[in-house]
Amino acid sequence: MEALYATTVGMLTACSIYLILRGRSFPIVIGITMLSYAVNLFLFSTGRLVMNELPIIGNQASYTDPLPQALVLTAIVIGFAMTAYSIILAVRVRGELGTDEVNEPDSSDAEGQR
Amino acid sequence: MSLAIIVLIPFIAAVLPLLARQRSRLMITTLTATATATSFGLLLALAPAVLNGETPQFFATWLPSLGLDFSLRLDGLSLLFATLILGIGLLIIIYAHYYLSENDDSGRFFACMLLFMGSMLGIVTSDNLILLWMFWELTSISSFLLIGYWFHQSNARRGARMALAITGAGGLALLAGILLIGNIAGSYQLEAIFAAADEIRSHSLYLPALLLVLLGAFTKSAQFPFQFWLPHAMAAPTPVSAYLHSATMVKAGIFLLARLYPVLGSTPEWFTIVTLTGLATMLFGAYFALFKTDLKGLLAFSTISHLGLITMLLGLGTAGALLAALFHILNHATFKAGLFMIAGIIDHETGSRDLRKLSGLRKALPFTMVLAVITSASMAGVPLFNGFLSKEMLFVESTEQHLFGGLSWLVPVLATIGAMLSVAYSIRFVHGVFFDKVATNLPKQPHEPPLMMRAPVILLAMLCVAVGIAPMFFAADILSAAMTIVSPYSFEVDIAIWHGFNLPLLMSALALIGGVAIYANRDELLSFSRQFEHHDAKDVFARIVKTVTNTSDNLMNRIETGSLQRYIAAMLGITIIFVLPELYNIVQLDGGREHMPVNAVSIVGAIIVVLAAIGTAAFHHQRLTSLMMLSVVGLMVSLIFIHFSAPDLAMTQLVVEVVSIILMILALFFMPQRIPKASSGGRVARDILLAGFVGGIVGSLNYAILTRPANSISEFFLANSVSGGGGTNVVNVILVDFRGFDTLGEITVLAIAAAGIHKLLNNLRPFMPSSDVDGRPWHRVKHPLLVQTVSQAILPLALMVSVYIFLRGHNLPGGGFIAGLITAAAMILQYMANGVDWVKHRFDYNYQTLASVGVMIALFTGLGSWVFGKNFLTSWFTHVHWPIVGEFEIATAILFDLGVYLTVIGATLMILANFGQMTTRHRPRQEKH
Repeated sequence: MEALYATTVGMLTACSIYLILRGRSFPIVIGITMLSYAVNLFLFSTGRLVMNELPIIGNQASYTDPLPQALVLTAIVIGFAMTAYSIILAVRVRGELGTDEVNEPDSSDAEGQR
Repeated sequence: MSLAIIVLIPFIAAVLPLLARQRSRLMITTLTATATATSFGLLLALAPAVLNGETPQFFATWLPSLGLDFSLRLDGLSLLFATLILGIGLLIIIYAHYYLSENDDSGRFFACMLLFMGSMLGIVTSDNLILLWMFWELTSISSFLLIGYWFHQSNARRGARMALAITGAGGLALLAGILLIGNIAGSYQLEAIFAAADEIRSHSLYLPALLLVLLGAFTKSAQFPFQFWLPHAMAAPTPVSAYLHSATMVKAGIFLLARLYPVLGSTPEWFTIVTLTGLATMLFGAYFALFKTDLKGLLAFSTISHLGLITMLLGLGTAGALLAALFHILNHATFKAGLFMIAGIIDHETGSRDLRKLSGLRKALPFTMVLAVITSASMAGVPLFNGFLSKEMLFVESTEQHLFGGLSWLVPVLATIGAMLSVAYSIRFVHGVFFDKVATNLPKQPHEPPLMMRAPVILLAMLCVAVGIAPMFFAADILSAAMTIVSPYSFEVDIAIWHGFNLPLLMSALALIGGVAIYANRDELLSFSRQFEHHDAKDVFARIVKTVTNTSDNLMNRIETGSLQRYIAAMLGITIIFVLPELYNIVQLDGGREHMPVNAVSIVGAIIVVLAAIGTAAFHHQRLTSLMMLSVVGLMVSLIFIHFSAPDLAMTQLVVEVVSIILMILALFFMPQRIPKASSGGRVARDILLAGFVGGIVGSLNYAILTRPANSISEFFLANSVSGGGGTNVVNVILVDFRGFDTLGEITVLAIAAAGIHKLLNNLRPFMPSSDVDGRPWHRVKHPLLVQTVSQAILPLALMVSVYIFLRGHNLPGGGFIAGLITAAAMILQYMANGVDWVKHRFDYNYQTLASVGVMIALFTGLGSWVFGKNFLTSWFTHVHWPIVGEFEIATAILFDLGVYLTVIGATLMILANFGQMTTRHRPRQEKH
């Protein structure tokens, strides 16, 4: 299970990095959003993978680590704020410059075609 | 205390000339001179004590953590230099008053002058090496301002830049050297460094420290091969040249050598480097002084030569040589300042400094001629003038050293040759200007300058003669006080004019005769010298500077292409390079913790996540498809959370996912509809490679963590959640209680992000397509009836659920974050189903206020605990019995959670509702003020 989990996180990271390396703003925002999923999963897993041990004090013998969960919960909300901010920024840039190209127009990479 | 005042007066007084700019020049000069004289007077008042062997000190802590304190001392060496700085400074100020024309801004001139004077005083009185360095840099800056005083002349600007570049670079080297020394000695205070002298000399870092310090000293004192800046600094007004380039600034390097001699000196390395540099500089300067046609150029090269002489004496480092060096510092300052002033007078009166034009001025300027003869004789080392004494002491020392083994005889021979050249150019100065036939084509008709312009020169010339005749009476006290500081050996100050017929006297005679002979045959020598191609130092310097800037420009252009993609790729590449070796060092990735068995559900889930993620990346040109794939990933992530015992996370993720996908679909409306062409193959390959590496690293790290035993601090939270926080949902208790401060910060960030978005949307001119890419118009039914009906039915249900989730949050999965998001999602549904107008009509509420009220509630809940004398955010709870509900808990934490709840609603709706309004008449606009 651990290997499966780690592979999933690795794949999510790889796909999001690929998206972040695109030259248009929308794929980049999608990439950032996905990267935040990967990061959240990574942080969450520092409490190790535990099944059926909810961090609710009750009639259980043991509990999973609640601290990473608390951290990730706020991270999810902050991640949303960041996604929202970057997508609105992309819209604003598109409105101001008329393009969603992220490179400088005169840079050697900016063929305007990615 | 008065020591600090002496040093600070020039700095404070530097504003006076600027303030008095509108007043008469006399007023400005008087102010400057008064300040200098006050400082000088205070110095003289302290002088007797210093001469008696006391060392007045001043100490004030400044930045003790850096080893930097404002600590000053006035020992013999400081006194010698401080006297020169203030004494000659005073004369220069008087002279400058007559030298500057009406058109020159004398306020600026005197302000810079005072700044420079204070910096120099700081150098020579610093008791802390870092403080010394600071003043050192101040002299570089103030001399830059002074050299570039006539900034409308391009050669003045160039000369100033060159001086700043060279001395500034040397200053940095000096700082490095000082840091090394201070590190070895454990302190930057001079006392401690002197005490650690042996340790420093035997330390393995001695040589680097020595080289760095020498680099600083040699650049400042224009020693070979850094001598080239000094002649170009002659573009400065002549009083500046007289002050900076004879008496003070260039002496700072010499001072540093003398100051650190007890620490760094008397080693073979010191001796070899310093002596040879001095010797080379002396010969180089003397030779080129002979051919300069500009009066100030001649004096500049002669200054280089004499500085070389002093450096060489400091290098030899015997007691006699040190004494000779100190004595020559004094003598050189007197005659060279005088000579520069004479050059200035000639320039002022005739309008020219060109030796080819000037001649026969003895009739027109008889008085000046007498002064020129006296000071030049002193420079040439004619008996009965002060220059003679120190030069003869040099000859004595050069014959007595045996430091170069069988080649030691070279030193006195070369010293004699240097002295011959010195005599030759001194004759040239006098003979070339004042004798031969009377010049006719001068720009001005020369006549004697005002008395007060000559007075400083007269005083200096008198000193030359007085010290030359009675050295023991005038100079012995201060020299012996300075010697006690510099010389680690026992010494005796005994300067006599007549030592009988001996080798040094013969050398002096040879130098005089040889000098006359060289001058007589100067034309042959000149044509000989013309055979060689002389590179102008200015061009070489300019070329070096140009090469450096071009190279860095090219480098910058290559690195900074304006392509963000390339920057990110480079950053990732560098990260990989740094992380890979660390990963290699782990040896074994599997940490040995017991693995959890894999079940079928997990495998299917993982496959879906991975495929969806790959799909998101692969279909990124088809944006809507890509977005749908992303939402699959998000939902699967939420399932992963619930699978691994994190219900709170799952709920949060679920709602956030819904909200952000809605937001992105909205955004898609404003994005270009045309699908751009694919990237080139090479770029895709590069990106896949980078992405693969990063993903592999993250996955490996994750695996390494997962398979290692957990060691968490969470035991505390689990144990204290109920007793301390009054809740059984530990995650929620951590959020609102244990780590409530973090949460407060986090909702603040959320609110700020929302405010930022609000601002970004202001006055936005979005692209609003009226049809899709193929020209089909949007569907005319904006709000389908079915959705309207269902959404209206859902709203009360959703609100009830959110209240329930909110209230139970402390004990069961839920809480402010989740409840807030649910409410927000329900509201967004209303906007989507019924349109902005419909919602505005029924619920016109300002979301900014809601978000800020939320943050405020959370903040004041925290502050409330202060009222009860508790720490910030301490929570309190009790249980009450409600009639129907039963046992119910009331905790202040729930108030805090209410703040979270309101902030999340406010922020989310601020973002989405505002953005959704973009296409309607409610779109945000900048209000007119």
